[in-house]
Amino acid sequence: MSGEEEVDKNKRRILLAAATAMGGIGAAYVATPFIISMDPSARAEAAGAPVEVDISKLQYGQLLTVEWRGKPVWILRRDAEMLKNMMSLNDMLRDPHSDELSQQPVYAKNDYRSLNKEYMVMIGICTHLGCAPTFRPELGPEDLGPEWKGGFFCPCHGSRYDLAGRVFAGVPAPSNLVVPPYRFVTSTRLLIGVDPEHA
Amino acid sequence: MEWLKQTRDWLDERFPVMEFWRGHLSEYYAPKNFNFWYYFGSLAMLVLVIQILTGIFLTMNYKPTADTAFASVEYIMRDVKWGWLIRYLHSTGASFFFVVVYLHMFRALLYGSYRKPRELLWIFGVIIFLLLMAEAFMGYLLPWGQMSYWGAQVIISLFGAIPYIGNDLSLWIRGDFVVADATLNRFFSFHVIAFPMVLLGLVVFHLVALHSVGSNNPDGVEIKSKKNDKGIPLDGIPFHPYYTVKDMYGVVGFLIIFAAVVFYSPEMFGWFLERDNFVPANPLKTPEHIAPLWYFTPFYAILRAVPDKFLGVMAMGASIAMLFLLPWLDRSPVRSIRYKGWIFKTALALFIVSFVGLGYLGTVPATPIATGFSRLFSVLYFVFFLAMPFYSKWDKCKQPPERVKYK
Repeated sequence: MSGEEEVDKNKRRILLAAATAMGGIGAAYVATPFIISMDPSARAEAAGAPVEVDISKLQYGQLLTVEWRGKPVWILRRDAEMLKNMMSLNDMLRDPHSDELSQQPVYAKNDYRSLNKEYMVMIGICTHLGCAPTFRPELGPEDLGPEWKGGFFCPCHGSRYDLAGRVFAGVPAPSNLVVPPYRFVTSTRLLIGVDPEHA
Repeated sequence: MEWLKQTRDWLDERFPVMEFWRGHLSEYYAPKNFNFWYYFGSLAMLVLVIQILTGIFLTMNYKPTADTAFASVEYIMRDVKWGWLIRYLHSTGASFFFVVVYLHMFRALLYGSYRKPRELLWIFGVIIFLLLMAEAFMGYLLPWGQMSYWGAQVIISLFGAIPYIGNDLSLWIRGDFVVADATLNRFFSFHVIAFPMVLLGLVVFHLVALHSVGSNNPDGVEIKSKKNDKGIPLDGIPFHPYYTVKDMYGVVGFLIIFAAVVFYSPEMFGWFLERDNFVPANPLKTPEHIAPLWYFTPFYAILRAVPDKFLGVMAMGASIAMLFLLPWLDRSPVRSIRYKGWIFKTALALFIVSFVGLGYLGTVPATPIATGFSRLFSVLYFVFFLAMPFYSKWDKCKQPPERVKYK
């Protein structure tokens, strides 16, 4: 062969493109384990085991915080007046009837967002940016205004929730507080993290 | 001294020492009219060196796990010999980094240093600014105090606002259902290895771009357009010794102020180290009032000003995206504020008021009055950028001089 022979540039281009494409695919495959390694580990997922809580000593109006999956879970015992006050708020709420289904299990999609209307169970993490809202049960305090019927106020960005974790309209948080799966083992023992047996 | 020359020649035949020296220092011609504002580029490099050096030594004693992190920082502060100094140099350095970088960026705004042909130089700079914010944010998680924890919780949740993939994305970033040990450990890895490496690479890009197009100057006139018969700009002076000496003067001034803060007020009344961060992280209790460190507050105030989660995050992202567009938004016939008219000067003044105002509002609780002002200033912030193509064109500018002046 003579050195002056025409180079087949088309062939070169195809080979180059094919090699680049294969290299790219290979790189994507190699990147996958690294990316997936950053997902929650098996241990972090296992730590999501259900938590059993004794609620026999919970007084009316009292809030109990327990930890489940590293998150604060609130258990609030509501008295009749609290339940009555809540119902007058519907017009001021963004999603009063819990129509956004991802925020609670089906068995908690009711007026009180709970299995037993006396006990409210929810995850105490603001749906805006993940702060823990503060429990403000008092009626019409100075900083929250005379309309306040008791609820939760997020100090980070001023989001407001009622005593069922229903979000008010016009605040940064987009949706109601999340109700985790839970069941009553007995009337005074709660198991957080699993659905009721016959749900 | 013959041996010295021989050593240099030996080196030069194997590595372009002299070429580098000439190209970037002794024969790199910078405009002769640099002023005070031109200190901040070299000062940013100085702070970068301080952060890397002190960071290396902090890493020797810091332990990146949720159980040990807080205590190891206290250990550095109390038991490690001179540990308090190294830690305060690092924490004060972080805030001073932003002071210097904000002033450096403001200089570009004053003199139009982002204008053609320096668009890419500016964009590299904005990317450095973004990386610096990420670096500072991840570094702030490491002491594992209440503000570390809840600040990270809030910022990572921002990604959750992205439709469809948001929740999985923030789960992936955290590596757990809430900010936890996994998060701390990976932030440590990013903070000490990944981001500093990328940051250094971009600083090199920034300097290569600068030395290829040449520095702008307070008059905004191109010195390369008037050269002598040797091809040297008439208004250029060699960077070394003229500006190396000038910059060393700036370094001394800077270090006096820096040392005063490190030794007398490292917490800077809660502005550099927040009070709540002296309390160990508690995943079950949010502090009464969460505020990021001062250098994030203008953007944080924009986030809070919008009463919708997704749009708020978008607005915050857009406020930074504006910076990338700046070279193409400014259509003024002149670069420097010295020759711009009253419209641009007014717009810039309003921008400064808004930016500083937002910076303040980002530190206070979200009361109705504060939110009202945040909204006003957020609008002004965006108007400064979005209306720039119009007002910069309408503005009556003065004719810049042919050559630079001393002023």
